[in-house]
Amino acid sequence: MSAMLETQNLTFSYTTEEGAAPIVLDGLDLQIEAGSFVAVLGHNGSGKSTLAKHMNAILLPTGGAVYVDGMDTADEARLLDIRRTVGMVFQNPDNQIVANVVEEDVAFAPENMGLPPEEIRERVDLALKLVGMTAFAQHAPHLLSGGQKQRVAIAGVIAIRPRCLVLDEATAMLDPVGRRDVMATIKDLNQRVGVTVVLITHHMDEAAQAGRVVVMSEGKIAADGPPRQIFQQVDLLRSLGLAVPEPVALMWELRRAGLDVPLDVLSDEECVQALEKLLTRGG
Amino acid sequence: MDPILQTEKLCHTYSSGTPFQHDALVDVDFAAYPGEYLGIIGRTGSGKSTLIQHLNGLLKPTSGRVLLNGQDIWSDKAFTRSARFQVGLVFQFPEYQLFAETVYKDIAFGPKNMGLDEGEIDRRVRRAAGFVGLDEALLDKSPFELSGGQKRRAAIAGVIAMEPRVLVLDEPTAGLDPSGSEEILSNIRAYQQEQQATIILVSHSMEEVAQNVDRLVVICDGRLRYSGTPREVFSHGPELEAMGLGVPQMTRVFHRLRGLGLPVDSSVYTVEQARDAVLAALAGKEGR
Amino acid sequence: MALKDITLGQYFPGDSPVHRLDPRTKLLITILYIVALFLAKGPAAYLVLIAVLGAYIAVSRVRLKALFKGLRPILILIIFTALLNLFYTSGQVLWQWGFLKITVEGLWSALFMVLRIVLLICCTFLLTYTTSPIMLTDGLENLLGPLKKLKLPIHELAMMMSIALRFIPTLIEETDKIMSAQRARGADFDTGNLVQRAKALIPILIPLFISAFRRADELAVSMECRCYHGGEGRTHLRQLRYRAADWMFLCMGLVLCVGVWLLRRLAL
Repeated sequence: MSAMLETQNLTFSYTTEEGAAPIVLDGLDLQIEAGSFVAVLGHNGSGKSTLAKHMNAILLPTGGAVYVDGMDTADEARLLDIRRTVGMVFQNPDNQIVANVVEEDVAFAPENMGLPPEEIRERVDLALKLVGMTAFAQHAPHLLSGGQKQRVAIAGVIAIRPRCLVLDEATAMLDPVGRRDVMATIKDLNQRVGVTVVLITHHMDEAAQAGRVVVMSEGKIAADGPPRQIFQQVDLLRSLGLAVPEPVALMWELRRAGLDVPLDVLSDEECVQALEKLLTRGG
Repeated sequence: MDPILQTEKLCHTYSSGTPFQHDALVDVDFAAYPGEYLGIIGRTGSGKSTLIQHLNGLLKPTSGRVLLNGQDIWSDKAFTRSARFQVGLVFQFPEYQLFAETVYKDIAFGPKNMGLDEGEIDRRVRRAAGFVGLDEALLDKSPFELSGGQKRRAAIAGVIAMEPRVLVLDEPTAGLDPSGSEEILSNIRAYQQEQQATIILVSHSMEEVAQNVDRLVVICDGRLRYSGTPREVFSHGPELEAMGLGVPQMTRVFHRLRGLGLPVDSSVYTVEQARDAVLAALAGKEGR
Repeated sequence: MALKDITLGQYFPGDSPVHRLDPRTKLLITILYIVALFLAKGPAAYLVLIAVLGAYIAVSRVRLKALFKGLRPILILIIFTALLNLFYTSGQVLWQWGFLKITVEGLWSALFMVLRIVLLICCTFLLTYTTSPIMLTDGLENLLGPLKKLKLPIHELAMMMSIALRFIPTLIEETDKIMSAQRARGADFDTGNLVQRAKALIPILIPLFISAFRRADELAVSMECRCYHGGEGRTHLRQLRYRAADWMFLCMGLVLCVGVWLLRRLAL
């Protein structure tokens, strides 16, 4: 497996007028494999969004380097290739939609790429189908719900046919139904289409659905591993201002009460099984 | 006890008489009592935003009444205006409404509109900033220099400074990380306790509502469906699921344990209650 | 509330022969109609113009009610123009009271003036009612395309127009929200003198501007991420194509212009 995204000693600080430059990213080394689903967790200000913006050259490193499928993001000549490889979805769906008809908006990127009309049509139809918004092709975006708008925004990026999709807190402004629909869409894109997904979030339940979780704090990586392993580190997560999923929190409490229970329970199902075992043991 | 705020057969219809006509609220009888912490849950578009905008007279009922301390808030003009100040309403993403040159002036906007004197305004601004944990040093800064979480708290302080008897908040933690959310929720609890105020929290997070409120109402399709303690309301699990709302995760898990025939209290909804329920069940088993 | 009821520039989706016309055709025949309107002189020409517009409305299946609703905001302008023409045209006096007098010529000129305004407004409304904004900008960009050779930023103008159209509903909704939020803090926009009212707008305008700038910023980044790099090499999902119906409508537009001009020459 090759790395889809790679950062080498990535350092970034905003230059301010006073000359003082707070360091946002501090020597980050990260590799993201092609086809994987990685969640990046962190509290507000941990540097996770800044990291996301390095993944398709919206921001350029002030130190170190970022490679997208082997291309250095600092290489201006490759900018369009980089943008075609990594698609980006942002927090506020309203500010990503350009046109006032859904289908026209999805067509925006292929139009910019200068594709022939028949191919644009094909890509638009497929992208809308993949996000489950075909029925809304002729609708005005401002009349859709937040979750629907965000799925249109994802379709607009998918129409580029990127190999990697970066979602920068794309679910933060949505209600639970909208979040659930968007999560289902991106999981589907990862599993069925094989798109590499990097999900920037502070929702634990979303991170729990990823294959790998990277926890960020103060511009550094604080933890990195499969969700099951990450969420067992209750003390660490809490000290970083993050919560743990409720089943883990319950097991943690029971352990503190002296009971022997596993910590790696994430779903309802696993929680029910663990408690059932505990309550029927020896009984 | 008499309710401090009440609606009687409240109906609201948008764009009446056009093809876009839409009944946002139908015969809603809603009451909030002095000093209680009340939760309102419902999906986006369920009518909950329309309901809260009636509580301080921003919207006028199509039919039905809104009573504050037993008096119809539309009965006379002066009372309608005073209802604005007695029922403080914090909208979703309130930081987008900040406008003044300094945080101080922004928080002072409400008290100034109330016609208070300078001394009283100053006292209220500082107190409100204290409630939301904003440092005095920040008051002279531009609100646009603050961090995201600080902006949110400054905006909430702008409503708290009117010292409303009832504080209504629409999704006050939306988009914040877990520690930011917890901070805001504890600020709200502090205000409730010190002012003996009524809090109405609108949320779509079951877990958040479960951990904070004394009583809960559920709105679906413009109608009030359930009203009661979290325990009572969450016992309607399947119905809530059908409305697209669901119940807290702990409730779901314990209902299933109960379904497996285990002797646990299935009315839990927080992690602490769940822990106690497990420990009680274990103690019961040993006792036998 | 009132902000949401604005119909100006609104598009009513439909599937009438007019809806299906190429946007360039609709732009051109609207221009031709306006030219004819300004060439028109005498009752015969106006009768022809009314009949043509009536037929066009019938074919487009736009409801008359929607059209008249659009006229309401300019009602005062229409009445004012009518009165001005009625009282200030010299000629054969029909009725006089003090300095006010109505002449035969005044009556005619008031009638024609009102007709001219109403027909002008109706024909432009028909254009926006039957053409989606995006088609309209596509059409404009295409029609003005030759001007690109003169280094005029036609693509940029069209893009600006379509983005503006996209964000109008969003910003209207946002204005409503900000107004409600400031009202909740006791802001009063409805009473006081002009200066007080203007000052009361500050708490709305500042957040609105800040938000518009933030949106513009985010939109620009998002457009760049979607490979936007100006109009060069850009293609379109929808290809504009003149069909038989387009040529037919264009011919009728030309015939109308020539006809009205002939009526004028014949002084009918």
